[in-house]
Amino acid sequence: MSVAAQTLANDHSHDDGHHHEQTFIEKYIFSTDHKMIAKQYLITGLIMGFIGISMSLLMRLQLAWPNESFWIYEFLLGRFGKDGVMDPSIYLALSTIHGTIMVFYVLTAGLSGTFSNLLIPLQIGARDMASGFLNMVSYWLFFISSVIIVSSFFVESGPASAGWTVYPPLSALPQAIGGSGLGMTLWLVAITIFIASSLLGSLNYIVTVLNLRTEGMSMTRLPLTIWAFFVTAIIGVVSFPVLLSAGLLLLMDRSFGTSFFLSDIYIQGEVLSYQGGSPVLYEHLFWFLGHPEVYIVLLPALGITSQVIATNSRKPIFGYRAMIASILAIAFLSTVVWGHHMFVSGMNPFLGSVFTFTTLLIAIPSGVKAFNYITTLWKGNLQMNPGMLFSIGLVSTFITGGLTGIILGDSTLDINVHDTYFVIAHFHLVMGISALYGLFAGVYHWFPKMFGRMMNKNLGYVHFWITAVGAYGIFFPMHFIGMAGLPRRYYKFTEFPYFDDLADTNVLISVFAFITAAGQLFFVYNFVSSIFYGKKATRNPWRSNTLEWTTPVEHIHGNWPGEIPKVYRWPYDYSKRNNEDTDYVIPGQDYIPQNVPLRENEEELNH
Amino acid sequence: MTALLIIIVVALLGITFWQLSKIFKLSKPIDSNDTQIADNKDNQNQGKIFLAFIVFLYGLMIYSFWNLSKFYLPEASSEHGSEYDQLFFISLAIIMFVQVITQFLLHWFSYKYRGKEGRKALFYADNDKLEFIWTIIPVIVLSGLIIYGLFGWSEIMNVEETDDTLVIEIYAYQFDWRARYSGEDGTLGEANVRLIEGVNQLGLNENDPYSQDDIIVNELHLPKDRPVLFKFRSQDVLHSAYFPFFRSQMNVVPGMVTQFGFTPTTTSKEIRNSEYMIDKVKRINEIRKNDDNVSGDDKTYEFEYYLLCNKICGTSHYNMQMKIVVETEEEYQKWISEQQTFKELTAQN
Repeated sequence: MSVAAQTLANDHSHDDGHHHEQTFIEKYIFSTDHKMIAKQYLITGLIMGFIGISMSLLMRLQLAWPNESFWIYEFLLGRFGKDGVMDPSIYLALSTIHGTIMVFYVLTAGLSGTFSNLLIPLQIGARDMASGFLNMVSYWLFFISSVIIVSSFFVESGPASAGWTVYPPLSALPQAIGGSGLGMTLWLVAITIFIASSLLGSLNYIVTVLNLRTEGMSMTRLPLTIWAFFVTAIIGVVSFPVLLSAGLLLLMDRSFGTSFFLSDIYIQGEVLSYQGGSPVLYEHLFWFLGHPEVYIVLLPALGITSQVIATNSRKPIFGYRAMIASILAIAFLSTVVWGHHMFVSGMNPFLGSVFTFTTLLIAIPSGVKAFNYITTLWKGNLQMNPGMLFSIGLVSTFITGGLTGIILGDSTLDINVHDTYFVIAHFHLVMGISALYGLFAGVYHWFPKMFGRMMNKNLGYVHFWITAVGAYGIFFPMHFIGMAGLPRRYYKFTEFPYFDDLADTNVLISVFAFITAAGQLFFVYNFVSSIFYGKKATRNPWRSNTLEWTTPVEHIHGNWPGEIPKVYRWPYDYSKRNNEDTDYVIPGQDYIPQNVPLRENEEELNH
Repeated sequence: MTALLIIIVVALLGITFWQLSKIFKLSKPIDSNDTQIADNKDNQNQGKIFLAFIVFLYGLMIYSFWNLSKFYLPEASSEHGSEYDQLFFISLAIIMFVQVITQFLLHWFSYKYRGKEGRKALFYADNDKLEFIWTIIPVIVLSGLIIYGLFGWSEIMNVEETDDTLVIEIYAYQFDWRARYSGEDGTLGEANVRLIEGVNQLGLNENDPYSQDDIIVNELHLPKDRPVLFKFRSQDVLHSAYFPFFRSQMNVVPGMVTQFGFTPTTTSKEIRNSEYMIDKVKRINEIRKNDDNVSGDDKTYEFEYYLLCNKICGTSHYNMQMKIVVETEEEYQKWISEQQTFKELTAQN
């Protein structure tokens, strides 16, 4: 199969010499080139990230000084921030849309969309995605979806406010909260379009990885990035449709009077006609996507980290096959653990026992990955490029955040920390910050490939250290206020005098949040200015083995000017010694790109 | 305090921008030799910063445990609660042990093996023995935790109703709670939201003899050392009945009845006199004394158990609470006998 694809692709390459000039619209807007689509995903994702993080700052401002008024509320939120006092309903809307944007728009589309598109064809040796057209459609659906979710802030009754999980009945009844009117409809429409976008993208990734690998690129010679993107796409295809069905049923309950999730409701002096539905059913459907979603967010970040750490350690990734096995194990387990979000939902306690078991199992492959990263660093020659710093940072937050999962995954212990700030601290560290670090690592590492220029490393260092200190400053103390029983999604805590002595810690957390957010401005400046004025990149700045660095710096349609390179080895031959142990296999060069045939004086490995 | 913190924030932001402009200046003139790839100097510096960072991280952890662990809830006031706390602390100890070691290794290696000209990395691709070790150790530890946890879980969740069990319905609506006691017959009367009318706020079936002696109140009283089984019902959206001091929580779901049981072991009076609570209340009152937003009687706080809503339920979700009083059996009997039954309530209107 791959040989046939190869021939086809080679035929394609002969066209390159005489293909027509692209217009501006073809090149920058409705582009079908995976490299351009990757950039579109990245920039849209970063803009959404800016919006999402700004929302969290408004929430932190409110939580730290609940009784003060700030003009910024009125400035940004209009009538929801009258006289500088934040309205309780807009606080819930902020937390809802912050969660939605960060999880779906930034960390799913912005991270996986960007790097799957950029790296899959380049690293497997393909001219483009299997379907460039579907790829383009996927991006534009994502774009439309982004516009809709942001526009819901301009709706009279406010945007969706039922939490990012939008549990009915709250999300189904406009009588229950203003945001469940038109705002919620827009949320459902936006997510439906998002799911379509995600599915088109995922199917494309799967087909491309399976069919368009270059000669010699067996599955066990794929870089771990590709393994991560490939498996992520499979999880997406398995679980996103379930969210779609949950959304559709919710839409029917809202608009057509069905009772899938609603029953026995008396609200605002009136009994509603719904009978026989169950909100718990919605929770099952939602978390059947919702939990795999965590790994849809995390696996690409871990894939990027594997690649960046190996390259910059000048060492092979430790336990390549174990890494693949743990990606597969995590993927499988991720679809059978959703119930750990529902230990106290009222479902049968026996189910709780089963989900505790599967949930704690997932800690094992995750642990293997963490240990393998640490061992990869051991006796390396670490090149401290900004991408490397973010990758090491990721391993650190992945461990810290992952460990508290052992508490939350245990049904017994979940009882008293469920829906408290302990949970917020846990998932922000393990999936929020870790995945963002993965995103940053990827941007710093592949910026030369995307834009042909280098990002400024000193700004990168400043960016990393502010973020690293800030992120721990925000989320480590947060565990402790969670252990005090402080509930999440509270507009303010002053109604409970018992929480009074936690106020200082909340202020501390907010101060760290503002500093960390300000630190991101270094990145924004660095990113934008480097696109235009950055130092011109060389072909292989990080001395890396993978195929993307064999393409010319200037992007061309079809990626390689001549034939597609053949692959003779796995991607991790860093610092490999010759048989006599006198020098590296290629004297004076500590890396052997994948397209270099085996030498006589080197030992052949099983890859 | 607040003003001071604002000043600190502003000052820090100021410093940030000052540093920002300085760095921009440094980064502007592009040195033709500068490839923007980490060189020997960068590797040395950044490696050392990793060492400094692990000191910061340990410092932060020590600070948090030293200063913030007092926030952990007081000793559990329910029978299963002490087991809960024990499991929690064991898990926490294991977690912190792993955390301290792995973070140390990660950052130490980042420092120790920072790039150096002439250093040659070791080609080390695989080691089955190592992989086996760090697969099997978590398997063993986690199995222990799972089994321990599951024993607790089934004990807590499978509540057996005995003659002694007090059955109480907790009823939730936007944005308050009601408690319904079963009265002398020990059985809760039928109820449905479709029957809500006038004073019959919980939709009890007036024709059901069991409902006549039911007692509906807005303050939860529990006798000490007697098992209580809560039946939860909601009339509108999802709520969650969270009893932090009793290590208990259950969602309240419209359209179905959920349940949770525990046995209170500490009366309100006892916990108020505990060392933990005396300290805590003193601290809080100190804060409230200096808080301009608190006035009058609110200045002095006295601890009461509470039940709060812990599932987003609407605009006033942040203030959906009910006072809980745990008292001796005699005090409880006295209190309940003074309450109005459903029959008396409807007769009145």
